[in-house]
Amino acid sequence: MPRRLLDRPPTLSIQEALAKARDPDAYIADDGKAEIRICAGTACHASGRLEVREAFAAELSGRGLTETVRVVETGCHGFCEEGPIVVLRPRGVFYPHVRPEDVPKIVEASVVNDDVYQKRLYKDPVTKQRIAHEKDIPFYVGQGRRVLGLNGKIDPYSIDDYLAHGGYQALAKALAGDDPEAVVETITRSGLRGRGGAGFSTGTKWGLARKAPGDTKYIICNADEGDPGAFMDRSVLEGDPHEVLEGMIIAAFAIGAGEGYVYVRHEYQFAVDRLRHALAQARERGILGEHVLGCDFSFDVHISEGAGAFVCGEETALMASIEGRRGMPRTRPPYPAVEGLFGKPTNINNVETYANVPWIINNGAAAFAAQGTASSKGTKIFSLTGKIANGGLVEVPMGATLRHVIFDIGGGVSSGHHFKAVQLGGPSGGCLPESLLDESIDYESLTAAGSMMGSGGMVVVDDSTCMVDFAKFFLMFTAEESCGKCAPCRIGTGHLVDILDRICAGKGELADLDRLEVLARVIKNGSLCGLGQTAPNPVLSSLRYFRDEFVEHIVEKRCRAVVCRDLVQYRIIPGNCTGCQRCVQVCPTGAITGPRAEAHNLDPEKCIKCRSCYEVCRFDAIAGDAIVIESRGENAR
Amino acid sequence: MAVKARSRRQPDDVSGTPVPADPWPEIMRGLEGGRSDLVPVLQRVQAAFGYLPEDSVRRIARWLKLSESEVFGVATFYAQFRFTPPGRHHLRVCLGTACHVKGGVQMMETLERRLGVGAGQTTADGEYDVERVACLGCCALAPVVTLDEDIHGQMSVLQLQELLDAETSA
Repeated sequence: MPRRLLDRPPTLSIQEALAKARDPDAYIADDGKAEIRICAGTACHASGRLEVREAFAAELSGRGLTETVRVVETGCHGFCEEGPIVVLRPRGVFYPHVRPEDVPKIVEASVVNDDVYQKRLYKDPVTKQRIAHEKDIPFYVGQGRRVLGLNGKIDPYSIDDYLAHGGYQALAKALAGDDPEAVVETITRSGLRGRGGAGFSTGTKWGLARKAPGDTKYIICNADEGDPGAFMDRSVLEGDPHEVLEGMIIAAFAIGAGEGYVYVRHEYQFAVDRLRHALAQARERGILGEHVLGCDFSFDVHISEGAGAFVCGEETALMASIEGRRGMPRTRPPYPAVEGLFGKPTNINNVETYANVPWIINNGAAAFAAQGTASSKGTKIFSLTGKIANGGLVEVPMGATLRHVIFDIGGGVSSGHHFKAVQLGGPSGGCLPESLLDESIDYESLTAAGSMMGSGGMVVVDDSTCMVDFAKFFLMFTAEESCGKCAPCRIGTGHLVDILDRICAGKGELADLDRLEVLARVIKNGSLCGLGQTAPNPVLSSLRYFRDEFVEHIVEKRCRAVVCRDLVQYRIIPGNCTGCQRCVQVCPTGAITGPRAEAHNLDPEKCIKCRSCYEVCRFDAIAGDAIVIESRGENAR
Repeated sequence: MAVKARSRRQPDDVSGTPVPADPWPEIMRGLEGGRSDLVPVLQRVQAAFGYLPEDSVRRIARWLKLSESEVFGVATFYAQFRFTPPGRHHLRVCLGTACHVKGGVQMMETLERRLGVGAGQTTADGEYDVERVACLGCCALAPVVTLDEDIHGQMSVLQLQELLDAETSA
């Protein structure tokens, strides 16, 4: 069903329509002017960016600079650990952890003068050097930002910013080509694979939906980012919503869909708000709605807010949810490409997948395929969190090593502890030990290692994390989020939690390890959807690489990370205790007693291991190290 | 690290207390009354009342021509919906992966000890309700506790206690 353009020379008309879509008077961010860019991502917001923005506005107006220097609120800069982040253009001076009281000094140094305010510059945790410019910070140097290219540069509320930076050129190009088949072909040849976790070829998926019979077809963007510890999709939607929208419109053109949905978590209010704004702007400028850019192609997008169910990240469950039913998955086939939303052929991709599409159309399949490994092309965004020095959002080419991401970009483990494991792929993924850090990041290698690419959560843990407790954490999550439709997942995950609970409490037996493995295999093979099929991965990978910790819990009743409550005790070291009474004051159960200036006593019978005394001793008390948490019986050795 | 982002919910815009005249026209505005309107309409009802009152479920069922059990079935499936009035203040503890490895569990226990209620419950005086969330998505600030609209990051047991002290004495 080839689509014909309206009766004008195609290329000209579309380019004209695109040119007309731009407001010539709009303010354009990042085009070489003096500009103060404040990150308005969720983490920076939580760290106080509103106060910082007000402080800048007040300072600029006090100095009569409001006309010459604009304050622009951008999407996520990615370096979330350092928020609120402010970058001063055009020189790119980077100020992390900005507080309102720093603002006058920053304006004086870097806006009025061509200097830097040394005291607030970023300090490299490894070299202890102050670094002035964004481009020189190791966290950014090691990355290859493509999907995140405009994140932190443009105002997500401004379609003009996006247009001025080459936005919607890919859509114009695809429409001008007037050949949906060719678009599918380009995406297929690029080697783009689903960024939501499963890694299915995007082009093949589009091709199936295109070939499926029927006049009504749908496009869905899966933004139900449910993995705890993953926030890539939210940041892309918050920082550059038009990039995702452009990808969706191109996909709609390619498969012949007239309507689309973005299914987004209701918790992501910033993302919903910016997306809603983007949709309204795109409609206003003729990029969405009837006759997109003047062509004989119409497409519109609805927002569907998820109501909080992890399983709705699974495509068939997600569609059930949009249809107003319980978000439960169904058997496949039929696949959504044939029988999807409301029974019609539907193409469903993840946010990051759509966000890759404009680049591929603009630069060609070969350029995209040039980056990455034999089977995994392009880049992947990870949210790097946990016990890491430089946490945040990281985009690297496929094929980069885990070591590169964690140590070169992330700066390694924070707080003087030792690296223990990296957890990839959220509750469906697995933990990889130090010996596998030189693995390349691609779909096949990670799966072979017992983990998975997943949606891009990357949580680093150090020797203060207990691997048994960590595995239990993920299983508790999946057990709770299991929709209950199929028995292996509903009942099996609960039993896995029970066994792990027993081991953590020091009541396990060695036969439990075999039980875990057998049960895990049953759940993997017998579950209906991806949630159940991958739920045992955290247990299996932990057993594969950290079996000795499980054995230690069972045989020695010892938790080396001093996490498992039943296996640890709190103790006051009499020689270190100055008798300052701070711990006595905070103890909720009266377990600590003793007169001022004399070493205190801790009654293990009354102690509920709430950690208050430990913290107060570290931060408030004179001694600082008089209270220890240790494995049971350790002081007897 | 704590930031006042927006003022707290006013005591009278939650349940039990007067809700603006008749919220229903606003709730149904722009919806066609089809099956796929069910989740959006539940979300709007909860936004208007703070929870899903029993008679609202009945009303939605009639409007969408579904059985009440079907509406309840959908509403109970999703974590967003609650069936009892919320407390005047809303405490959320993030128990996502990053928060877990940085002590999120201790935050939850501190709240349970101080308030005498656990996740999903409301204190007897209707002052606080406590909720556990799977991930708030600001993992760099772990562990995170939110009080109404304010996000408190990099919390410790002591800081959380100080926060509650300040709230209860205010």
